[in-house]
Parts: sequence; structure tokens; C-alpha cells
Amino acid sequence: MAHDHKHGDPLPETVLRVKSLESLLIEKGLVEAAALDALVDRYESKVGPKNGAKVVARAWVDPEFRKRLFSDATSAVAEFGFSGAQGEELIALENTDQVHNVVVCTLCSCYPWPVLGLPPVWYKSAPYRARVVREPRKVLEEFGTTLPDDTEVRVWDSTAETRYLVVPTRPSGSESLDEEALADLVSRDSMIGTKMAESPVKS
Amino acid sequence: MDSIHDMGGMHGMGPVVTEEGEPVFHADWEKRMFAINNAITAVGVRNLDESRHARERMDPAKYLSSSYYEIWLDGLIRILSEKGIISEEELSGAVAPRPVSAPRPAMKAEDVDALMDKGGHYKAEEGKAARFVIGDAVTARNIHPAGHTRLPRYARGHQGVIMEDYGLHVFPDANAHGKSDPQHLYSVRFASTELWGPEDGTEGDYIYVDLWDDYLEVPRNAD
Repeated sequence: MAHDHKHGDPLPETVLRVKSLESLLIEKGLVEAAALDALVDRYESKVGPKNGAKVVARAWVDPEFRKRLFSDATSAVAEFGFSGAQGEELIALENTDQVHNVVVCTLCSCYPWPVLGLPPVWYKSAPYRARVVREPRKVLEEFGTTLPDDTEVRVWDSTAETRYLVVPTRPSGSESLDEEALADLVSRDSMIGTKMAESPVKS
Repeated sequence: MDSIHDMGGMHGMGPVVTEEGEPVFHADWEKRMFAINNAITAVGVRNLDESRHARERMDPAKYLSSSYYEIWLDGLIRILSEKGIISEEELSGAVAPRPVSAPRPAMKAEDVDALMDKGGHYKAEEGKAARFVIGDAVTARNIHPAGHTRLPRYARGHQGVIMEDYGLHVFPDANAHGKSDPQHLYSVRFASTELWGPEDGTEGDYIYVDLWDDYLEVPRNAD
């Protein structure tokens, strides 16, 4: 199968070619090895979906912040210090009982890095890009998300530099939780729109 | 260009396969590829749309059987080769690396966070006047440019409604080919049944696509 090597098992020449490219660009003075290390570290350990979860939890508890988020998400998210590459023009999409939003980039892999980090493999994959614009309800069902027939589904295709963040509905039973505990309920997929936020574990 | 990257609506791709507890990177070479592609942006030898257009020109059969960072590798080598920055002979070690000049210096480790926090700038101060306003019915033009475009095939020829005007933005179809042609970018809403027909679409569901002014025209059935 063609996609057998999609999860870190590339052809040996791919690994060699990346090494050759890195060495050549370093030799030409166009990239520096230490900067490459710092870029990897930034997106492996600092910038990820925990950022977005903090934003969503704040929007659940703070009505003023929620207003700012839906009127200018780039500025609202910057209050947390989240900004920049692949999130220069952020737009927050509000899920309600009547409307469910889900985000895709059918043409490549556009994704709101400052709030979600780098996209998972499935988001960049042919099946997701091909199908979610045509049959979003079926795709969501594969994620375990079944929407009522009378919920309006809105699929957002990220064809420009606008980047979309879904704000899921606050789960029932979460009334007593504080902002930090609420953030734990906000999964990456709930901010792409393929899942709902998780329900609080009953103790 | 109408190549395999423009896959919205296609059949036959199979189920969406997810991975529980997926790591950010699956291997060291992916980390390096990701970082190289971002670091080299700082020197200013190629722009975002040139990058995307380079990836779109990957052999379609290879595109489908490649992981996303393999597509990045192919695209980066393609665009840097076309710009005369690198050559296959240099990559293979057949010839010694030739010196090149770039508009800006290489990204330093200590500047990574500041540069990535800043990001790029795609808005424009001046450009063509908007031809549409919020609420207008529009049709996505039936065009098939051989160069770069961000108008997906599935939207072409279909009618939607302008929901938002995001203001003047650099036009990707121009920016990938050495021009800029700034114009208004809109959020355009298409009914699912308009795009996929009454049998395969879903009544009451919508697809929102960000489209530039040049992609749109007044619907033929309008006054």
C-alpha cells in the first residue's frame, strides 16, 4: 500500500536527501543548524493545542473575552502571547446547539499554528481533504461525532491566509470546573471541529 | 493548476485514518524538513505562494503516495533549483557548493521565537477596488489557470453569497509568479446542495471558501 510509509518510515533516499539539503543550505549560509533545532523545539514543546485549549476555556468563563474573541480573534489570542506564523489572521468560529463548524484545507495543509501547533497527519491526508467538504457528517461520524439532522454544518476551507479556530460548546456537567480544569476538556480535534469537547469525568 | 493537490470532493481516498497519541513529528528527518522549510523563509528567496505552487507541481502519482513532509522536500528543492539557489549536482556532491547571495541574513536561533511570533504579512494597503459587498450573490468563475490558484475546482461555476470582506490581500495567482495584484478577499458561502447537487449535498449545510475578487463574477441569472 502506498501509504505504508507515511508514519516515519520513509524511503531511505528521502532521509539522505533531507540531510544533503540541510548540509548544502548550511554551507551556503542560508540556514543555521542551531536555528533549525530551535524551530523544532518551539513546535514540539512550546506551541501546540494546549494554547488553543486555554483560549477556549477563557471564552467559556469570561463573556467579555468571548466577545473579543469573536470580533477579533488575532488580538484576543495575542492576550495570551499566541501569535504569528500561520495565524496572522485568525478567526474564531462559534459552535452552538444549532451550528457546528469544521475546518479543512483542501488544497494543502493550512492550519492555525499559534493556537493548535502543527497539524496531525490525518488533517493533511487525502481522505480528509477530499471528503470533509462533500460529506462532513459521514467524516465526523468516523470521529465518533454524530450531529442531529437539524444542526447546520459549516465547513470552512482555508484557501487564503485566514486561519480558523473552532470554539466548541461547553460540555454539560462542567459548571463547577475552573478555567484550568475546563482547558483539559478541550481536545485538538474539538478545535478543528471533528469532535466535541470532552465531558467531565464524574468522580 | 488543476493537479492532484486540489482534491476537495474527490472519491476513492478511503477512510480518514487517525493515530491515537500522535507525536508532533514521526522521525528526525521530518523535524529537519519542517525546520529547513521555515528557516529559509527568513532569507527571502521565495514567497509562500511560490512554495505552494512548487508543491503542487510534484508528480501527481508521487504526491498521492508521499507523506506531507516528503511533499515539502520535493517542493523546496524544486523552487530553490528554479531560483538558481541550489542544483542537483550540488545536492549529490558532484560539484562543490557555489556561493549565493540572499536578500536577508539566515535565521539565528535566538531570533526564532520573535520571527515566528511575528509571522508574515499578506494584507495590502492599496489595490483594486472591491467589486462586491456583503450579501451579494456571486458565481465562482469557471477558470482553469495553468499557474497557481487558490480557487478550488469544486467551487468553480457555482453560486454563493459574500458573507465577509477581509479587505485587500496579495493575490496568490499573481504572487506565485512574480507579481502581487492586491485585491479584496471574501468569505463566500456555498450551499452544500449547490456544490454537490440535491442528491449528494445536504440541505441546510454550507461550505465557506475564502475567495479573491478576481475569482468571482456576477451570476448570469442576475439583473
